[in-house]
Parts: sequence; C-alpha cells; structure tokens
Amino acid sequence: MSVLVYTENWDNQFKKLSFELVSYASSVAKQLNTNVVALSIGALSQEQLASLSQYGADKVLSLENPDFKTFNALQYAKAITEAAQQEKAEVLVFANNISTRAVAPRVAVKLDAGFVSGCVSLPESISPFVVTKKAFSGKAMAKVQINKGLKILSLNQNAFGLIPNAKPFVSETFNSTLATSNAKLLETRKSSGKMSVLDAEILVSGGRGLKKAENFALLEQASDIFGATATVACTKPVADLEWRPHSEHVGQTGKVVAPNLYFAVGISGAIQHLAGITSSKVIVAINTDKDAPIFEAADYGIIGDALEVMPKLNESLKTFKSKS
Amino acid sequence: MKILVCISHVPDTTAKISFVDGNKTYNKEGQQFIIGPNEELALTRAIEIAEAQAGSTITALTVGGAEVEPTLRKALAMGASDAIRIDSTPKDAMNVARQIAELAKIQNYDVILTGREAIDYNGGQVGEMIAELLGVDSVSGATEMQLESAKALVTREIDGGLEVVELQYPAVITGQKGIAKEPKIPAMRGIMMARTKPLLVQAPIALDDATEVLEHSLPKAKGACKMIPADQVDELVRLLHEEAKII
Ligand SMILES: Cc1cc2nc3c(=O)[nH]c(=O)nc-3n(C[C@H](O)[C@H](O)[C@H](O)COP(=O)(O)OP(=O)(O)OC[C@H]3O[C@@H](n4cnc5c(N)ncnc54)[C@H](O)[C@@H]3O)c2cc1C
Repeated sequence: MSVLVYTENWDNQFKKLSFELVSYASSVAKQLNTNVVALSIGALSQEQLASLSQYGADKVLSLENPDFKTFNALQYAKAITEAAQQEKAEVLVFANNISTRAVAPRVAVKLDAGFVSGCVSLPESISPFVVTKKAFSGKAMAKVQINKGLKILSLNQNAFGLIPNAKPFVSETFNSTLATSNAKLLETRKSSGKMSVLDAEILVSGGRGLKKAENFALLEQASDIFGATATVACTKPVADLEWRPHSEHVGQTGKVVAPNLYFAVGISGAIQHLAGITSSKVIVAINTDKDAPIFEAADYGIIGDALEVMPKLNESLKTFKSKS
Repeated sequence: MKILVCISHVPDTTAKISFVDGNKTYNKEGQQFIIGPNEELALTRAIEIAEAQAGSTITALTVGGAEVEPTLRKALAMGASDAIRIDSTPKDAMNVARQIAELAKIQNYDVILTGREAIDYNGGQVGEMIAELLGVDSVSGATEMQLESAKALVTREIDGGLEVVELQYPAVITGQKGIAKEPKIPAMRGIMMARTKPLLVQAPIALDDATEVLEHSLPKAKGACKMIPADQVDELVRLLHEEAKII
C-alpha cells in the first residue's frame, strides 16, 4: 500500500507547489498509516529529487527515459498508472493545475478510481473516504464521498501549505514505454520569464478603472518593490482590451488564484472576478466608488483614484522595504 | 467534419448559490440556467469552422433530465445541427464521461469538444475521461483551434507560455476562453429553426457513481472591510505589516 504523488517539474526544477503536494500526500499517508511515493518524470538532478524527501516522501521514483521528454497526456497517464500499480497505491495525489488536469482524469479511467478534483483540505474521514472540494467557482464547498477502492485527489494550489518533514532520501529509477499517440508538439512559445499569477504570493491586479494600458506601469512598480514573489494580474475586460496578456486574467473564466495578498486596483468586484480571488488570504481594494462590490470581499479598502493613490502607495512601500 | 460538442447545463455565472434537502442539493428555484461559458465558446468556434466546411455537422449533447432541453435548444439556435440528451441526472464526472463515450463509440465523431470545466462542480474531468475511454489523443484548455481536413491544430496554455499541438482525428479537445472571441448570440432565424431541429433523447447505460456529494456549505462570511483614508497610505502599509502580518 502507498500514497503516490505525481510531482511535475518546470525545466527540471520543482517549485513550491511540488513540495505542497508532497506535504499533502504525506499527511494523507499518515491518516492511512502508509508510505508516500513521489513520481517524477524527467531528467532531474539527485539534489532536486532529494528535495522531495524534505517534505515526507519515503521514496522517489524517477522516470528518466528520454522518450518522455515532451508532455503527452495519453503517454504520461500510462506511465503514472503503471507506477501506481507497481506501488500498490490506494490514493493518488495530483495538482489541480493545467498539465495534471489533462492526465489525472485519464489515470482515473485506467484504474477505475474515484476522482475528486479541487480538494482544499485533508480527507475528513478515510472510511468512508470523504474530502472537501471547492464548487460553484468558489461560491461553495462540497463534501464528496469516494465509493471506489482507489482514490484520486487533486489539490488546489496554496490550499494546504508546506509541512517540512525530513525523511532519508531513497530513490529508484522507474521505466515505462510510450503508448501510441498521433499527437505532435509543433511549437512551444514561452512568455517572458515572469512568474505565473498562480505561483505569485502577492498579486497587484488592475481593472478597467486604470483607464489605459500605460497606467499598469504603476502596478508593475508595486510588484517590483515587493520583489520576485509578486506579479501583475488583471480582470477579463482588461485582457479583452489587450492592455494585458490573457495569461494574467483572473476569475471564473481565467485563473483561480490564492495568493497571500491581492491588490484589486480599479476593479469593480463582479461576481465572476470574485470567483477567482476569494481564496486570497488578504484582499486590498482601491476604488473611486465607495459602493463597489469589491469592498465586500476586501479586508482593507481605500476609496480614491488609483492614479493618485498608487504612486503614493509605491513610495510608502519603498520606504517600508528599505527599512525592513 | 463530424463534431460533437458536450455542453453542461449550469446556473448563470451571476447566480447566488444556496442549497436544499439538508444542504445536499443545489437550489434550482428561481435560477437561470445557461450553456457553460467554456462550452459556449467551444461551440461558437465549432460553428465558425462548420460554416466554412460544407457537409460538416455539429451535434450538441447534454447528459441530464428534461430540464436541460432549453439549453440544448439554445445550442441549436446558435447553429448546432442536431442535439442529443442522454436521460440521466449527472452526479459524477466518470459516469457522465462513460455515458458520452458509449454513444461516441457508435457515432464516429471526428472531434469531440467539451469546455475546460463546468462551472458548477469545476471538475475539469469529463473531456479527458472521454478521450481515455475512446483511446484517443486530446488537448485540454485549448485557446485556439483550427480543424483542417486531415488534422487539427490546437494551441493550449501551459505554465509560462503556449504550446501548439497537432492532432489526428478522432480527438478530444477541451476549450476555454480564447478558442472563440465572443460567444455567438443566436439570431431570430436561428431561434425559429431550432424549434424544428432534431433533439433526440437517449436512454442512459446503467452505472454506479464513483463519487457522490454528501453535503454543501457556503464559505465563511468575510469580516467588514477596514477603510483607510486615501491620504494615509502609510497606515495601509503599517496594517499589512503589523496587523495582517502579510508583508
Ligand atoms: C460568463 C462570464 C464570465 C466572466 N468571467 C470573468 C472573469 O473570469 N474575470 C473577470 O474579471 N471578469 C469576468 N467577467 C466579467 C465581469 O462580469 C466584469 O465585467 C469584470 O470583472 C469587470 O472588470 P473591471 O472590474 O475591470 O471593470 P469594471 O466593472 O468596469 O470596473 C471598473 C472599476 O474601476 C473603478 N474605477 C474607475 N476609475 C477609477 C480610478 N481612477 N481609480 C480607482 N478606481 C476606479 C470603478 O469604480 C469600477 O468599480 C465575466 C463575465 C461573464 C458574463
């Protein structure tokens, strides 16, 4: 028996999300009184692989076969399924993110497992197996029971956090063969090396209230002052107007984010936008309209013109940063 | 080109959510139901493609009870050729996917489209499950899609960029914002024609549910927003540091 966690990598590196997944898997394993096996696909250094054992992985399976260099949902699903079978996994843990969303449902079919996506906490009981997930785009939670012997859970990023739990580093190579697929990756277009809105701990987000694309420089400045863990986000109309790239669009039809701090600048707080931000720990709203619905979702608010408030806020943040 | 578009019948994006039956069931009373926004865009793109390729057909499909028929009629009004309702109340993604795959096995669609996720349970599972059940390739979260006669060219979002993938038919593609610019709004003529287009009701296959929702709850209400005068931004920074302990 085991809990198998699939830890994806980005350019052969793990990131905070990977450690969060292992932390979660390790807590689930504790509930089930079993071991955690992490599966990595790619040519990662021993040091990278070993980092997973810092969060409770009892064993790291490493699939380094170069045939698996490019992501393919059908082929990755086969390899992950074989690893789950080899390790007699009773629970599989995935991230609820872009790439594993393509794989986990396939694994669920292959293993005839019960799959709950978007989990936000540990199972509240293991027999019967019951876990809570977000539903209705963050407007509600649903408690879901899994009726199958094999369970698959996908975890929302930043819902659980990190739990350091150092174990001796044990690794094993794992191999698999490619399933037949006619899909061909033609091209990869990397956007600038900027951090994704999903990974950022601080998001400085702007809406139509900023009036034009150039004014987002004020938000870029704030983000730069906060440093490497911050980035800029936006509302749907801002992306539609092409003031900002679509990859920054937050909300029901964009990204669902969960940063520590979310600045909503010139954002009205439409229900579809709120759907993407309600998991933020702290929300600050800056808006000229005292009745804007964003103030109902916010923890701190300033009624004022963003174009006047932001330069002052940036100055104040700079002073604060230079002191701390 | 023979295209199947799987549509979820979901509460409007502005709906206030509540529950009945000991919080077990979503309260449909007085709610407006719509085609899920991801599927609406996928359907729009399919219609654009079919209009440019003579002989193409688009079937709109929903797994659901009779109450979903107005949603399917809307898909017909937008431009789908025909519709199928699989007469089963959806409870679990695997169940829905198996119902659809069962039908797709016989129908030989070139492309099966779904949305990235339905906005009720945000599962994001059905499309890829159908692909696996049929043993075909897939792309999920497509932001652009070209369906050429021999192959599909699909752009999908990845962490930190985009990927362009070529697929052979048959294939499954799950669409999201970007796949079409704006959802198509049915014209009067489309609405008139939709009334006479075929809407077939198909019996479901018998299946167990792999998962079941026991209960719902609403998120904790937020405390009141602390207002800070616009000329006291230093105070905001102090509160974020000392009170919220977030910076
Ligand atoms: C199916 C569907 C899905 C959708 N999905 C999303 C989604 O995923 N994400 C999303 O964001 N939206 C989504 N929307 C759109 C959503 O309904 C709103 O239209 C949108 O969120 C509003 O964006 P906004 O706040 O930038 O603009 P507005 O609503 O126009 O708000 C601008 C705000 O700026 C304030 N303002 C104006 N000038 C200033 C100033 N100088 N300083 C400070 N404040 C100022 C105004 O008081 C106002 O509150 C969706 C809509 C639909 C129908």
